[in-house]
Amino acid sequence: MSKKLMKGNEALAEAMIRAGCDAYFGYPITPQSEVIEYLSREATNRTGMVVLQAESEVAAINMIYGSAASGRRVMTTSSSPGISLMQEGLSYIAAAELPCLVANINRGGPGLGTIQPSQGDYFQATKGGGHGDYHLIVLAPSSVQEMVDYTKLGFELAEKYRCPTMLLADGAIGQMMEKVELFEQMPRKTEFPDWATTGKPKNGDRRIITSLFIQPEKMEQINLGLQRKYREIEKNEVRFQTINTEDAEYIFTGFGLGARICTKAMESGRAKGYKIGVVRPQTLYPFPVEIYNQLSKKVKGILDVEMNAGQMVEDVRLAVRGNTRVEFYGRMGGIIATPDEILEYFEKMFL
Amino acid sequence: MTQEAIFSGFGGQGVLTMGMLLGYAGIIEDKEVTWMPSYGPEMRGGTANCITIISDTSISSPIISTFDTLMALNQPSVDKFEEKVKKGGNIIYDSTNIINVPTRKDINIYAVPGSETAVRLKNSKVLNMIMLGSFLKVNPIVKLESIWKALEQVLPERYHHLIPLNQEAFNTGMELIAK
Repeated sequence: MSKKLMKGNEALAEAMIRAGCDAYFGYPITPQSEVIEYLSREATNRTGMVVLQAESEVAAINMIYGSAASGRRVMTTSSSPGISLMQEGLSYIAAAELPCLVANINRGGPGLGTIQPSQGDYFQATKGGGHGDYHLIVLAPSSVQEMVDYTKLGFELAEKYRCPTMLLADGAIGQMMEKVELFEQMPRKTEFPDWATTGKPKNGDRRIITSLFIQPEKMEQINLGLQRKYREIEKNEVRFQTINTEDAEYIFTGFGLGARICTKAMESGRAKGYKIGVVRPQTLYPFPVEIYNQLSKKVKGILDVEMNAGQMVEDVRLAVRGNTRVEFYGRMGGIIATPDEILEYFEKMFL
Repeated sequence: MTQEAIFSGFGGQGVLTMGMLLGYAGIIEDKEVTWMPSYGPEMRGGTANCITIISDTSISSPIISTFDTLMALNQPSVDKFEEKVKKGGNIIYDSTNIINVPTRKDINIYAVPGSETAVRLKNSKVLNMIMLGSFLKVNPIVKLESIWKALEQVLPERYHHLIPLNQEAFNTGMELIAK
């Protein structure tokens, strides 16, 4: 298969088309506007996929709600302020147990913030974001190749669990170019699941998709069902990568781009004789609790690096249950820490 | 072999394109490539840069602290990045534009009269191609023919009649280093 040099956002859009996506609804926002630009140019001619610029992010996510209810493979993308606008819709979609894929190409916040890259939306992505007890499955690509791979995987997981799924990447991954290998074009679906609202079947019952359950007894059952599903996801779908952890005395950890900068810092540290390993969660929800817990029993410390004020580090601390020391280093507001900065902080804190 | 370079200058000087061309040429030779642009308001007139890494092995991070080569097309780029060049690394700068020249003794410094040469070639827009020629002469990280192929890929077909002009500019840039 041929390898191409592609921007993260364009690779994501191309993967969406190739995954047989039926519809995209979105609203442009930097740093991910290339997604709708690319789709407008490429998608409809190639697969007949619907590409629509909605009047706002609120409209876009509700269009996703509607089209997901009809059993179609659907996706939207946005960046932080736009994703905040979508939270009500995401809560409804989670409650109605509909599959869809949402990419947040994270920029610096809070507020309208900056268009520079950030990982400040970790809490929002992994802890619910909207109201009520729900989760998104959250995948954290760290390269342009993973923008492609996780788009395909994201659709599969969303449909397997009828659970809205998010790709959480930062603006830099959206904007940068790397070598990618694309998967072959997949056909769009012609058959739809038995819950999909595709019109009243001749002899069947009406299919109803809703998130409104007025009776508390019924609503509790819905919640218990959701929780059973989340336990199932936590059991089956944890994904992570480890580098040089076998002999490691210290662990650097981070997600997405942050993890790659950690890896570079680890390489510089190894050259100086420090036994450092790297742990990179590929799924942020479900979080890879076990690997941190195992490593915490043998290492002298963990340095968590993020492009925020310290969000995933709370999950790391919960996972290690006090077994080892956990320190945090982060830059905010669109600034990316450099590998040297990280190594210096490590030397200051741990050596 | 790995080359970790930063291309820096004013928005509009074509610094992002320099890195991108090098990246496409790298892919043609099946090397690993990362191209990380600045994409903020600086693209509309301020100082813009891109970090381009070309390597025979996998690239851990597209964000790096120090560079093998700094390509500087304006004064702020020298001021900001001179100290970030690795010992034994290179600075290539447009000597027509830059007054306070780099002074480090532990690196190789190449003064290339890029803008002046572009005027001589009667097209100020080929400055970036002249400088990229100089870059490749200093760092022969990809083959010249890969750059030509990359040019065809990057330029939309309606601009393909400009390829000979770009090639001329590129070759001139290579010669400016030879002197």
